[in-house]
Amino acid sequence: MARKKKTDWSKDVFKVLKKADVQQIAYVPDAGHTSLIKMAIADNVIKPVSLTSEQEGVAVLSGAWLGGEAGALLMQSSGVGNVINMLGMANECRFPLLMLVTMRGEWGEFNPWQVPMGQATEGVLEASGVIVHRVDEPSEIAETVEAAAKLAFEGGRMVAVLIGQRVVGFKDWTK
Amino acid sequence: MAARRKITLDRRKVVANILKDRGDLLLVTGLGAPTWDAASVEDNPNNFYLWGGMGGAVLTGLGLALAQPQRRVLVLTGDGEMLMGVGGLATVAVQKPSNLAIGILDNQRYGETGMQETHTEHGVDLAAMASGAGFQTTSTVYNAAELKTAIPMLYNTPGPVFVDVKVTAEDQPMILPPRDGPTLKHRFRENLLGSI
Repeated sequence: MARKKKTDWSKDVFKVLKKADVQQIAYVPDAGHTSLIKMAIADNVIKPVSLTSEQEGVAVLSGAWLGGEAGALLMQSSGVGNVINMLGMANECRFPLLMLVTMRGEWGEFNPWQVPMGQATEGVLEASGVIVHRVDEPSEIAETVEAAAKLAFEGGRMVAVLIGQRVVGFKDWTK
Repeated sequence: MAARRKITLDRRKVVANILKDRGDLLLVTGLGAPTWDAASVEDNPNNFYLWGGMGGAVLTGLGLALAQPQRRVLVLTGDGEMLMGVGGLATVAVQKPSNLAIGILDNQRYGETGMQETHTEHGVDLAAMASGAGFQTTSTVYNAAELKTAIPMLYNTPGPVFVDVKVTAEDQPMILPPRDGPTLKHRFRENLLGSI
């Protein structure tokens, strides 16, 4: 099976988010989310919300849901460490929460400071009550996000899709 | 650093005044005393009370304001809660929601944990921080006359609006609204959207 190019999955994921009627995309940037963020900004319906810290996004999307809009939160795995207490609000109120997390601190990581949070990401999310879907195959990202969006918005749950560093690619320090 | 002036306003009276003619205002309250203050006026389905999520009140108001651009959204929260999520002022200022107002009930204390001093007791000026973030309308209120001027700003001035109301630090009786998260969410959405 031919592997899709690394950038292709973003377009498919964006289509999935549009189909799920996502209207607010909150984010702290990661290189792996560059294309998705650009598409969110260019879209004339979606409101892109740039955050100073990932925890803000949990609250923003809770408010969005109160107002009748679905949203998605994009972040790097290090950001998962910032959201933990705020997840309590989404958990207690059963606000749908769709998080797309690009992983650092694993496959081919060059920066040792990324490793602790990257390695803890999945366990920390699960300990906080978040359902975790991990994906390491580019051709499976869009369908995984589609399933996660359904579970979040229709199943009324917090769901994180972890996109492996093997997919996102590791930073070339020599550039 | 803000100039020191005498603080005289009673938080319950301030909140009763702000909410007296609320119309169809959507209200988000930060955890602790601001939630009890709002409940002391009335339990209203247009209220969404945070009982946790410290630092999230203003951002919850932002998401709601973006989703409901035709409705006025007011966030009432405390100085400690605002300080924990102070980066949110920058996020709000960049979004420029014209329908969002923020009112801080600033007693310069962490009221739920033993009245320990917050940074505002030591001169940190929240209105100046909001202004620095890019809020065009900010105010710090110390007395009834200033409050009278500020209340129409919370309702009518194009947002985002930020008003820091200095209130005295006396303990008030706890008046508890419903606390079950899904109940609060469902009744707010049903009232606003006609479905949960």
